Amino acid sequence: MTEISLFPIVFYALAAVTVVSALGVAFSNNIFYSAIALMGTLLGAAGLYVMLAADFVAVVQIFVYVGGILVLTLFAINLTSRIGDVSISNRSLGRFPAFVALALSGGVMVRAIREASWNMVEVREAVPTINGIGNAFLTEYILPFELASLVLLAALVGAVVLSRKELRD
Amino acid sequence: MMEIGLTHFLVVGALVFLAGMFCVLTRRNAIGILMGVELILNSANINYLAFSRYSSMSYDGHLFAIFVIMLAAAEAAIGLAIVLGIYQTFHTIDVEATDTLRL
Repeated sequence: MTEISLFPIVFYALAAVTVVSALGVAFSNNIFYSAIALMGTLLGAAGLYVMLAADFVAVVQIFVYVGGILVLTLFAINLTSRIGDVSISNRSLGRFPAFVALALSGGVMVRAIREASWNMVEVREAVPTINGIGNAFLTEYILPFELASLVLLAALVGAVVLSRKELRD
Repeated sequence: MMEIGLTHFLVVGALVFLAGMFCVLTRRNAIGILMGVELILNSANINYLAFSRYSSMSYDGHLFAIFVIMLAAAEAAIGLAIVLGIYQTFHTIDVEATDTLRL
């Protein structure tokens, strides 16, 4: 791995963007700033996917998350929050219990990461993954793939029914 | 400098997960809680792809990540539609104020 001495620098930069934005989502007092920080996390995660040789998933992440879910979230924020109560949206019912839960689960994760022995393979050359993903979707994973379209259709119809007033009454 | 490996990506995933968990636990704004759920799903995706790269020879991790993204899209659409419905009924999306099933 001599040709990729740039790899650690890019990794640490992307990891910093991802983690700092995630902390921004969690700690920002303004829900709108949280949504903007969420964009940083999603883009940083997409960069990390590229570093993991997952080109197709990175593109899907940007299309679906940044282009779809984030825009939807921003719309929902603008439709529901009044100017007066955006800043108190983070008034917690108890930060201390949350930190205790965080410490407990964080301890479990640190222990798992340090002590588990995972099956490691030789890292492959980074090749385009679309061929393999497409073949797997249409052979081994054909049933979940078709069910996914049904789930999305149900979600689409459900969202329309939930948000149209005349249909709810 | 230490070579970047599986552990580094797992640490990033764990930190994003903890941030999402804190968000879910402390927010009172329903949209904030949904954003915390998005963070948690992303941390799971980072782990899936890291294991797919470093400890597997197949594309199964990629497929799971795509299914997670698909379900996250469905969850966001339904969740935000429910939040908008709650807002029309209660005129607030504070999850502590919305404690009745019907008016």
